[in-house]
Amino acid sequence: MTDLKPLKIAIASGKGGTGKTTLSTNLAAFIAEQHEVVLVDLDVEEPNSGLFFKGELTHEEDIFKMIPQWDASKCTLCGICPKLCSYHAVIQLGPSILVFPELCHSCYACSELCPVDALPMIPKKTGTLRDFRIDKLNFVESRLEIGEEQAVQLISKTKKYVAATYGNVSIAIFDSPPGTSCPVMEATRDADFVILVTEPTPFGLHDLSLAVETMRTLKKPFGVVVNRYGIGNDEVIHYCREENIPLLAKIPNSRKIAELYSSGKLMYQDFPEVRQSLSDILDYCIKAVKGAKV
Amino acid sequence: MKIAFTSEGTSWDSLIDPRFGRTENIVLYNEESKELTTVDNSAVKNDAHGAGTATAQKIFELKPDVLITGNGPGENAAKALKHIKMRIFADANNLTLRQAYNNYLSGNLKEV
Repeated sequence: MTDLKPLKIAIASGKGGTGKTTLSTNLAAFIAEQHEVVLVDLDVEEPNSGLFFKGELTHEEDIFKMIPQWDASKCTLCGICPKLCSYHAVIQLGPSILVFPELCHSCYACSELCPVDALPMIPKKTGTLRDFRIDKLNFVESRLEIGEEQAVQLISKTKKYVAATYGNVSIAIFDSPPGTSCPVMEATRDADFVILVTEPTPFGLHDLSLAVETMRTLKKPFGVVVNRYGIGNDEVIHYCREENIPLLAKIPNSRKIAELYSSGKLMYQDFPEVRQSLSDILDYCIKAVKGAKV
Repeated sequence: MKIAFTSEGTSWDSLIDPRFGRTENIVLYNEESKELTTVDNSAVKNDAHGAGTATAQKIFELKPDVLITGNGPGENAAKALKHIKMRIFADANNLTLRQAYNNYLSGNLKEV
C-alpha cells in the first residue's frame, strides 16, 4: 500500500446483483483510510453507490448529447436522412420527418449529409453528474435521465470529467453496469485492471463466462471475486482454475452483510476477513498492473 | 378497408405476433378483394435499437386503415403511429389472425 501508481480499477460482472457495489464501495472506503481515492459510479441507469456515502456535494452539472432537430422550412423531403440512420431515430412519414431523441447515437450522419441543412444538431440533456467529497474519498456519480436509452455517451463523458478532475489521485475505482453490452465495454475499456464479481451459482457461472469472454476480447487483465461464498456450488471455483483466471477473494455469504448493505452501510469494518480480502485484492491489482507496464 | 396484423406466420391460422417492432411479419387483409398478403419484417431482428420506429415507417408505407397487434406498440412507435393517425387494436395475444379479426369485427378488441 505504500507505492501507489495511478491505477484505474473497473468492477464489473456479467450477472446483475452479484455485489459490484458492495465491493466498489467497501474497497474505495478501505483505500480512503490511507490514500486519496475516487470512486465513480458508472452504472448510470441505476447508480446506487451513493447510498453508502453521505458527503459534501462539490460539483453538479448537466450532461448533454447532441441530437438533430428538423427544420421543416428548409426540408425538401428528399428522403436521405431516414435511410442514413442505422438506429431508426429519424423516420419520414409522408411530409414529416420525425426525430426520436432517445434512439439517437449522436453520429451526426443525418445532419452532415442533409443537402439543405434541415437537421441542425442541438444539445439535449442526457443525465446529471454529481461529485461528492468525504475526507479522502471522492465520489462521482452520473444518473441517466428517465426515458433516455443511451448510457454510453454519459459514461464516456463521466470518465472524461474524472480524468480531468482527478488525474492526480492515485487510485480510481469504476463501478460498472452489469452485463456485457456497450455500456459495460465503455465503462471498462480504459481500466488497467478489471475485477469481475460473481456468485457461486449456475447463473453466476454462466454470466461470468460471458464477462470473461468480453474481457478477453478487450484484452484486459482481470480477476474474479466470488461473493456470497457458501451458497450454490464450487463450479465457479473450478471454472476459474481450469481457465487460469486468478481468484482474488471469496466474500462469505452472510445475513449480517446483507443487512448492512440493505441499510446503506459499509461492512468491511465489521468483518476482519473481508478487510483482509480488500487488502489482498488491492495488492493484487497493483502488482498485476505494474507487471503489465514494466 | 385494409387490415394489418403483426403475425408470426403468413396465414389466417398463424398466431398474432405479440411484438410490434420486432414482429416477424406484417400480414395485410384487403376486405374488398379478400386477399391476404404478407410483408416479411424479420430483417428488423438485426437492429439493436429502433425496431419500433422502423416498423412504424413500414406501416406508414403499407397504408392499412387498421392495425391489429398484441402487446401494443412501444412509446416511440406509438408516437409515430399517432402521427399518421393509425387506428390500433391491441391485446390480440395468443389468438390466430382469424380469431383476432373476428374479435375485431365483434368489437372485442381494445382500441389503443
